[in-house]
Amino acid sequence: MTTATDSPQDQGFRLSQLIYDTRYRAITIQVIAMIAFMLIAAFLIRNTIINLSALGKDIDFGFLFNRAAYDINQKIIPYSSDDPHWRATLVGLLNTLLIALLGCILATIIGVIAGVLRLSKNWLTAKIMTFYVESFRNIPVLLWILAFMAVLSEALPTPRAFRGETPSASMWLWDSVAVTNRGTYVPSPIWGEGSVFVVITFLLSLLGIWAFGKYAKRRFEATGDILPSFWIKLAIFFVPTVLVYFLLGRPVTLSYPELKGFNFSGGLHMRNSMLALWLALSFYTGSFIAEIVRSGILAISKGQTEAAFALGLRPSRTMNLVILPQALRVIIPPLISQYLNLTKNSSLALAVGYMDLRSTLGGTTLNTTGRELECMLLMMLIYLIVSLFISSGMNVYNKSVKLKER
Amino acid sequence: MKKSVFLGALTLAGLAAGTAMAQDSSTLAAVKERGVLKCGVNPGTPGFAAPDANGKFVGFDVDVCRAVAAAVLGDSEAVEYTPLTSAVRFTALASGEVDMLARNTTWTFSRDVDLKNTFVGVNYYDGQGFMVPKDLGVSSAKELGGATVCIETGTTTELNLADYFRVNNMEYEPVPVESFTEAQTQFLAGACDVYTTDASALAASRASFETPDDYVVLPEIISKEPLGPLVRHGDDNWGDVVRWSLNAMIAAEEYGVTSANAAELASGTDNPEINRLLGVEGELGAMLGLDNDWALNILTQVGNYGESFEKNIGENTPVGLARGLNAQWTEGGLIYSPPFR
Ligand SMILES: N[C@@H](CCC(=O)N[C@@H](CS)C(=O)NCC(=O)O)C(=O)O
Repeated sequence: MTTATDSPQDQGFRLSQLIYDTRYRAITIQVIAMIAFMLIAAFLIRNTIINLSALGKDIDFGFLFNRAAYDINQKIIPYSSDDPHWRATLVGLLNTLLIALLGCILATIIGVIAGVLRLSKNWLTAKIMTFYVESFRNIPVLLWILAFMAVLSEALPTPRAFRGETPSASMWLWDSVAVTNRGTYVPSPIWGEGSVFVVITFLLSLLGIWAFGKYAKRRFEATGDILPSFWIKLAIFFVPTVLVYFLLGRPVTLSYPELKGFNFSGGLHMRNSMLALWLALSFYTGSFIAEIVRSGILAISKGQTEAAFALGLRPSRTMNLVILPQALRVIIPPLISQYLNLTKNSSLALAVGYMDLRSTLGGTTLNTTGRELECMLLMMLIYLIVSLFISSGMNVYNKSVKLKER
Repeated sequence: MKKSVFLGALTLAGLAAGTAMAQDSSTLAAVKERGVLKCGVNPGTPGFAAPDANGKFVGFDVDVCRAVAAAVLGDSEAVEYTPLTSAVRFTALASGEVDMLARNTTWTFSRDVDLKNTFVGVNYYDGQGFMVPKDLGVSSAKELGGATVCIETGTTTELNLADYFRVNNMEYEPVPVESFTEAQTQFLAGACDVYTTDASALAASRASFETPDDYVVLPEIISKEPLGPLVRHGDDNWGDVVRWSLNAMIAAEEYGVTSANAAELASGTDNPEINRLLGVEGELGAMLGLDNDWALNILTQVGNYGESFEKNIGENTPVGLARGLNAQWTEGGLIYSPPFR
């Protein structure tokens, strides 16, 4: 090596090389930066620890095992005020995950529709979508959350309005759905004896639909026959489940919301805090996704569409087979950050009283135990883990749609 | 990756800096040097602490801040008020953002011992109550099974409520809210059937409604809520200053010293206790590290306990609270100052 270049003859390593020799300089700078960074970090950590002990506080996560003593309204797993703080944290985390999941799904649906429609040739549609995107994108999401909540709790009738001889409000859909300013009550299934079989049958028919799809495709490729697959799939979806359901004597029944005492009871209670948060986060993030979808579609050159048309593909097939597969490659990476944003923005939940991780661990638990540092660190760690899971999951999907070079 | 490390460091820096401020050993010296007292108050509970038409904080709790400022700085207006929600108040105090809290805060064991606060006294003996719309037809808290209840997070209220309903085997639906204003909005919109908090705050809140007569406060009081000012653990001298500023107001009422006659009495009376209080006799002020007219300043600028009570929350104000438990001990109440001696 050395003989190939005209560097000074084997003089050994001199210290000045660390600064003047470009081969070493980069490393030198990095090492210095690293040391400086670690010094600052050490100083801050030391300072924190000293100050905490000056206040008479230590770092101790034992409080997680003490009785929480507060109630949580929306709980996916059983919880009472007798349970410890870690369980309250778990209830909060599950609520965070629920809102993140529902939010990402709805935001994607809204975003894709709005993004495609914004490119519509219909002037009014395109303008309406532009208006939607710009208004949501440019107003802080907290204000949207509060606005949705205000509309839901001020504009909708109270449960009391459903009472009396001439109630001023009535239920929807043949008395099965009650929309009130405390939430929406919808019928929920009661899983009676034997309902497992109905569920199993249903899952099996989903499997059947998938298998049939494969079969139809293979057959199409082999013989060119196109089966009326939509109708067959529809039949597989419904017929076996309905059959088993009646054969077993209708094991699954519905519980309808009923006005009892102060509130509706029975059915599934979707609280306004959840609805407001869900809708606000979805519409807000949806406006960003709309832009991502739009730019993804615009990124595919017009020549592709024209070429597809020239080959005789119908517009829907052009979209599905030519444009979308290519657009997805552009869309997915920024979409991941939108999902992450939505998940993190859900920590604004306390503003409307939705009991998420921030409201349980970072709210009431923090307040009643006074363990600010512990709660904050734990909460940051949990959000970090959740975010990493989401992005690694999405990255797997991204790989599957990436340009495959053959 | 580098960026997130950087942000993480910033966060830690914030934490470290926040607690670093708590280190200054003498709050009294810091307040004197700054020339203004930083006092944490309620953002807006009429009668206790709320901005008036000019944006100036007034109220019964605010008067405690003013008394301390009068004692330390000789000027009851030298206060910088920091409105704090229930949830952030202790953090604000611990981090040194405020010098003291006078924010209807319940004195409890864990707040005193575990959260490292020092409660210096009680300025209002309260208890948790329930308010409902009259047309709900409820006459007792025992009939509230199944109700939707608005509660503020980070309060003792939240914990009392959970216990009360569990002990009485009743179900309820908690609606957590972050502030007093939001609780009222939700309650008035009927998004909850019941609003529960300290009875004094219920009265204050009801008084601010457009039609107060449509709402009733139920007879049950489910807890003890001794509300009082507090400071950080570890600065006993500062704790003494706040404690005795409050006691000066209380003792003054007992001895009949008011804002009107304090200056006159300060020329000397035949009651040695009054003389010591007003600095005519003894060196009580100096012992606290204050001027000897510290209590005189409180009384001329703020008034005694009873005056502050009547002016802000008494029966002739919209809040309309009776003295009840908060009468002087000589009148059958619990308000009692240790002797000035
Ligand atoms: N005394 C209870 C409750 C105190 C409390 O926070 N009360 C509410 C109702 S008056 C309040 O002050 N809210 C003011 C606000 O957050 O705006 C405690 O110390 O935890």
